[in-house]
Amino acid sequence: MPKSLISIHDFTKEEMLHVLDVAQEFEKNKVQPILRDKVIATLFFEPSTRTRLSFETASNRLGARVIGFSDAGNTSVSKGETLKDTIKMVSNYVDLIIMRHPLEGAARYASEVASVPVINAGDGANQHPSQTMLDLFTIRQTQGRLTDLSINMVGDLKYGRTVHSLLQAMSHFNPNFTFTAPDELKMPQEYKDFLDAKGIPYHETRDLEGSLNDCDILYMTRVQQERFTDPMEYEKVKNTYNLTASMLGGARENMKILHPLPRITEIAQDVDDTKHAYYFKQAENGVYARMAIISYLLGYK
Amino acid sequence: MEKGGKELKVSAIKNGTVLDHIPANQLFKVISILGLKDCANQITFGTNLDSKLLGKKAIIKVADMFFEETEINKVALVAPDTKINIIKDFEVVEKKVLRVPDEITGIVKCANPKCVTNHEPITTKFSTEYENGVLKLHCHYCEKNTGSDNLKIITEN
Ligand SMILES: [Zn+2]
Repeated sequence: MPKSLISIHDFTKEEMLHVLDVAQEFEKNKVQPILRDKVIATLFFEPSTRTRLSFETASNRLGARVIGFSDAGNTSVSKGETLKDTIKMVSNYVDLIIMRHPLEGAARYASEVASVPVINAGDGANQHPSQTMLDLFTIRQTQGRLTDLSINMVGDLKYGRTVHSLLQAMSHFNPNFTFTAPDELKMPQEYKDFLDAKGIPYHETRDLEGSLNDCDILYMTRVQQERFTDPMEYEKVKNTYNLTASMLGGARENMKILHPLPRITEIAQDVDDTKHAYYFKQAENGVYARMAIISYLLGYK
Repeated sequence: MEKGGKELKVSAIKNGTVLDHIPANQLFKVISILGLKDCANQITFGTNLDSKLLGKKAIIKVADMFFEETEINKVALVAPDTKINIIKDFEVVEKKVLRVPDEITGIVKCANPKCVTNHEPITTKFSTEYENGVLKLHCHYCEKNTGSDNLKIITEN
């Protein structure tokens, strides 16, 4: 079975660091058409324009051709074809598959039936490992290191898969965490148990203003309506946090604000002009991280 | 009338396997896990039998059948305290203690409704782990846990 990236656990610490180095090299030299003779499929069984554009830009910058679909609506999938058949067929056409699917575990299954590497671009609420790689890349870029950092995660810590994966990936680098969330969206016990087992310190709070000044990374997240089964619960928590420029007076000099985007009301527009805002650069970094993942899985870097 | 006797009157077998001390409400799950529905051997079931330990227990006797270790251990998923007796010539020649297997393939449904295995024809696969003494099945696909109190057994048809 070729090497795939389905979950962040599929990479060892060494592999992560290697891919980050490769991403850094791509950032310095964006034009490296090393995959000129390759075809890459982007299979988006569920639409996500942002993620798809980032992967397609990465593929194009590497010189590969891209085929695929952005929505399963008018494909054979909507005619009842099994996932297995779609993946078998496509893996005979292309050198690598990038897929997003609304069902959890779909990408793992695809990687077992495909004859080419698969990159998981999101499987329901489960995993989205390229997001984690770009987060790590961005953290290292802003702080010059990954070790011994204070990371404050804010917002939906219950359903937010990006914070769960980032927490697990950062656990290799001796971090300490603050979890800022309303009671309804607290970090689940299983992740706190994971940190306890590794001896990684964390503390929990509801108060954003009180937790802004002692962190190197402020990782903001959006409260995602689609994750809630109860609309009342969503209404109660959707506007809990609203970070404004005036709140940042006591923040550390080196503190950077990250956000997987899109944002709604959790970061005010006036934050964009502060030295702490880094989320747009973070989105750009996604292209380099994805170039690195693609070329690593295909054995080019 | 029996006068409070504890003796069970489920007929003895000459050779085969006896599964005793199955909680009565788990009997049909055990039958389904072991695929006894399609078994041609002589099988005797007893259920709602009085048991000091369990209140109501069930027993299964399968004549001329000796299960593989990996096969019989699957019973531990739903009835971990089942006692296994191997019978040869009407005598108990071996007693086995069940051990939950490290990996479970098939048999159990993933409890996550958004798991791909509940929507596509895929054989489920779990690793077993204990969390504070409670058995959890970790889905190889969706990476979510199914608690042992939440197990749904996959039955054909
Ligand atoms: Zn599952």
